[in-house]
Amino acid sequence: MADRKYTEDHEWVEVDGETGVIGISDYAQEQLGDVVFVELPDVGKVLDQRDEAAVIESVKAAAEVYTPVSGEVIEVNEELNNDPSLVNSDAHGEGWFAKLQLTDPTELDALMDEATYKTFVESLS
Amino acid sequence: MSHSRDLSRGAAAVGSATTDTVHGHQGLLLEEPLLFEIDNPGAIGVDLPDPGDFTPRLGGVARQGEIGLPSVSEPEVVRHFTRLSQKNYAIDMGTYPLGSCTMKHNPRLNEKMVRLPGFANAHPMQPDSTVQGAFELIDGVAHWLKELTGMPAIAMSPAAGAHGELCGVMAIRAALDDREGGPTTRRRILVPDSAHGTNPATAAVCGFSVDAIPSDARGRVDVKAFADKLDDDVAGIMITNPNTCGLFEPDMIEIAELIHDAGGYFYCDGANFNAIVGRVRPGDLGIDCMHINLHKTFSTPHGGGGPGAGPVVLSDALAPFAPVPWVVHGEDGFSLVEHADDAGDAKPFGRLKGFHGQMGMFVRAYAYMLSHGRDGLRQVANDAVLNANYVVSCLSDVMTPAFDGPCMHECLFDDRFLKDTGVSTLDFAKAMLDEGYHPMTMYFPLVVHGAMLIEPTETESKRGLDEFIAVMRALVDRARAGDSDAFVAAPTMTPRRRLDETAAARQPILRWSPEVPTAEAAE
Repeated sequence: MADRKYTEDHEWVEVDGETGVIGISDYAQEQLGDVVFVELPDVGKVLDQRDEAAVIESVKAAAEVYTPVSGEVIEVNEELNNDPSLVNSDAHGEGWFAKLQLTDPTELDALMDEATYKTFVESLS
Repeated sequence: MSHSRDLSRGAAAVGSATTDTVHGHQGLLLEEPLLFEIDNPGAIGVDLPDPGDFTPRLGGVARQGEIGLPSVSEPEVVRHFTRLSQKNYAIDMGTYPLGSCTMKHNPRLNEKMVRLPGFANAHPMQPDSTVQGAFELIDGVAHWLKELTGMPAIAMSPAAGAHGELCGVMAIRAALDDREGGPTTRRRILVPDSAHGTNPATAAVCGFSVDAIPSDARGRVDVKAFADKLDDDVAGIMITNPNTCGLFEPDMIEIAELIHDAGGYFYCDGANFNAIVGRVRPGDLGIDCMHINLHKTFSTPHGGGGPGAGPVVLSDALAPFAPVPWVVHGEDGFSLVEHADDAGDAKPFGRLKGFHGQMGMFVRAYAYMLSHGRDGLRQVANDAVLNANYVVSCLSDVMTPAFDGPCMHECLFDDRFLKDTGVSTLDFAKAMLDEGYHPMTMYFPLVVHGAMLIEPTETESKRGLDEFIAVMRALVDRARAGDSDAFVAAPTMTPRRRLDETAAARQPILRWSPEVPTAEAAE
């Protein structure tokens, strides 16, 4: 299984070789409530770590999604334009946001692994 | 043919409280279709004489088909809008604790004054000599606002709070451009994470990027985090005081010094001025500009459903860039500076609005100011803060205040008290509707989980507050007793049951469409 890492802002990145897919965690989608709109980045955009990668609107709030890693956007999940509810129904799968060509894989070392993130989320409630 | 008159259709589609009456009416509260659905071709409110024979001179631009507007008689249209108005909830009907909106009573004296023919019938293009009283009133409101805020200049024309923000940030940008002799290189505006959404939106509209300042554990701006963000890229900071957590920002003077030392300007969002009017002059805290929602602090909440007004007070540094027009008082009485050419040494950044601003709101605000006086306005702030603290002190044993200590004009609860009850903030708010209360502000500010922001304003009496508190306590008891089904089903007594906010956002239906296209129906 590919390696999935998390940020304290509840984004995840799943790395496969030199590319990484980013999204928000199941905990984040649950906190946001029903997602009604996702603004995705342009393909070709170069992002530094923690740059705004997407904007997400739910019935409760609007929130920025920051990229957990630096890289160039090589693909975005166009399906979210038609069906933003994918973020709610499958945040870790079909609700992905974008795929990046990583520029600095060492950034991954500072992110949380699955178990650490789980403990972190439990500490929030 | 006419469109079918299926009176129950709308009710069934959204789920009215009572669907077992013939037409969906509930007692004398009548179910009301859309105006288009009661179209009665041929019905008309006026008799027009037959034009007789005439030769059309419209040529090729004459309308070919029907216009598609509904036909109704005068009694039908009066009943339609009266029935709709009965479904509206208003400050004149009861408590309206919507946080950050200052839903205070609008004194009837305001309405009497604004209907004086000299104000109500004045036209903005009348000769100046015929509207001297109107100019004097604008000048009077401007004087009061400058006095109350301790600021030297004011722009009166902004039409609402967010428009005032736009005015303030445009003045900041104009001042920076002027100082740098070209488009400013400063790109960032700092905004606390508890801010009204309009603050970052305004900064973005003006071409700046938004950098969020975290709140500290006390719900205030984290001054150290703010100071760490300062550099020569920062254009300014926007702070609401009291902030959206209902808390006074105690470090304003230090923040003002820091932002000024960094070469930026200090925008203060005056949406919550009701808490401090007559007690604190924001100018003394070192701000550069602040909008004042006349339709909050000076009555006519939410603009009475009409326009608001958001005049902006300005410091000496920003005053030269204020937008036209403004009123001046010379030997020949009052007149208006309307063009940059007539502005002397000033460098107005332009014009934000047609004509002079929201005259009706100026009249209401002035009536409110003069009838209260300086001491009365101070009493407004005192009572608004007292009422909010009364609410929080009577509810803090059963609900969970987001922050410790006294609040200002509004009190903020989080949803810890609902933990494990199966009831969400939204469910709780919907249950309040069945109890006859407009809900408080929900899920805002974003920094507090499941936020409930209650602003009683000075309008409510102790009796009114006690009734509200009793209802809130009873609802908490019911939630804790495990009756979550009742909350999830609420509201049950309103003209419409719980609306599907998600579908409304994902698949909005923004217009009515005829079941039969208009052109066919006309044949």
